[in-house]
Amino acid sequence: MQNINNHFGIKKVLYLILTLGFLTAVSQPFNNSRKNTPDEIKTLVAAKSEINPPRVISGETEENKKREKESAQAFIKAYRVFMHPRCMNCHPVGDAPLQGDDSHIHAQNVTRGPDGKGLYAMKCSNCHQPQHVPGENMPPGHALWHLPPANRKMVFEGKSPAQLAAHFKDNNFTGFKDFKKEMLHHVEHEPLVLNSWTYGTPPPLSHEEFVAAVKEWIDKGAVIPK
Amino acid sequence: MIKLTVNNKSYEVDAPPDMPLLWVIRDKLRLTGTKYGCGAAQCGACTVHLNGDAVRSCITPVARADGHEIITIEGISEDVTGKRLQNAWIEEDVPQCGYCQSGQIMAAAVLLRAKARPTDNDIDLGMAGNICRCGTYQRIRKAIHRAAEMK
Repeated sequence: MQNINNHFGIKKVLYLILTLGFLTAVSQPFNNSRKNTPDEIKTLVAAKSEINPPRVISGETEENKKREKESAQAFIKAYRVFMHPRCMNCHPVGDAPLQGDDSHIHAQNVTRGPDGKGLYAMKCSNCHQPQHVPGENMPPGHALWHLPPANRKMVFEGKSPAQLAAHFKDNNFTGFKDFKKEMLHHVEHEPLVLNSWTYGTPPPLSHEEFVAAVKEWIDKGAVIPK
Repeated sequence: MIKLTVNNKSYEVDAPPDMPLLWVIRDKLRLTGTKYGCGAAQCGACTVHLNGDAVRSCITPVARADGHEIITIEGISEDVTGKRLQNAWIEEDVPQCGYCQSGQIMAAAVLLRAKARPTDNDIDLGMAGNICRCGTYQRIRKAIHRAAEMK
């Protein structure tokens, strides 16, 4: 009797497993919305284009290719300034500013702090005066000496030209609202930018050349170099 | 004439505007508790408070302090945090030669005002700029924790 009962129990379990397996194999998931195939997409786009034909953007003309090349080259030129210690040292990847022409980590465990102005008795302006302190190894100065804040670090360090160009065009990175206007205004008039040409080893372009390079980059399409 | 308020007293000082604040404090006002350690903002012995913020007086031109409030080590006991720090310093027997300690206390006061119960990491970040040739760092750290716990 017992044997029959066990035998009957095992069969039940086996059938249950097989049934579940079958159902799993043939069932459809709930979110199985049928997606358009690439061909269908092309047809849809083509149809839309007939209703709203795109303006002809001469992407492939010789003139345009030249313009794009010049834009990229202008950025590469400006890149050498962006990545120079006088700029990059205050756009570090970590939370300590960099120091000197060899961009070593700033002495005395100075850190960014939430607002970029340092912490406790080690705030930037505790040592960096409103003007340069004369003499070797003395701190340079500006009334606005500070790093970008912790919530918008604007890291230059370690970025390739393509990455940096893309960052500048990203308003989340820069905090700009109007990239074209504000980018140019920033490199031309921002006090800390101007200050960078007044102490230590200067960047490889003059400020005027730098501004011209950034302007050319923007005017010719702000192309992201390869 | 430069007008300064130092430790809640008003002074009028005849000094060129680019004279370091430290020189004015020590030589003109005869407040010699603040020390000259390096003259290059690299040791912290010259730390005083300018409107509540630590500054390195050896490179701060006195013009920056004109019309503003300075507190030196001589005046820090008027402040409740400063008094606690001084007591903690005594209780923990912190100083050895003592030369850096004025600056240490002035820096610690800024730290405790901003963070009443600092962690060891906060102490690292706030005090790393004040160096001590005698190596009293462990006692400084202990005294800061002690002052933080005082009522």
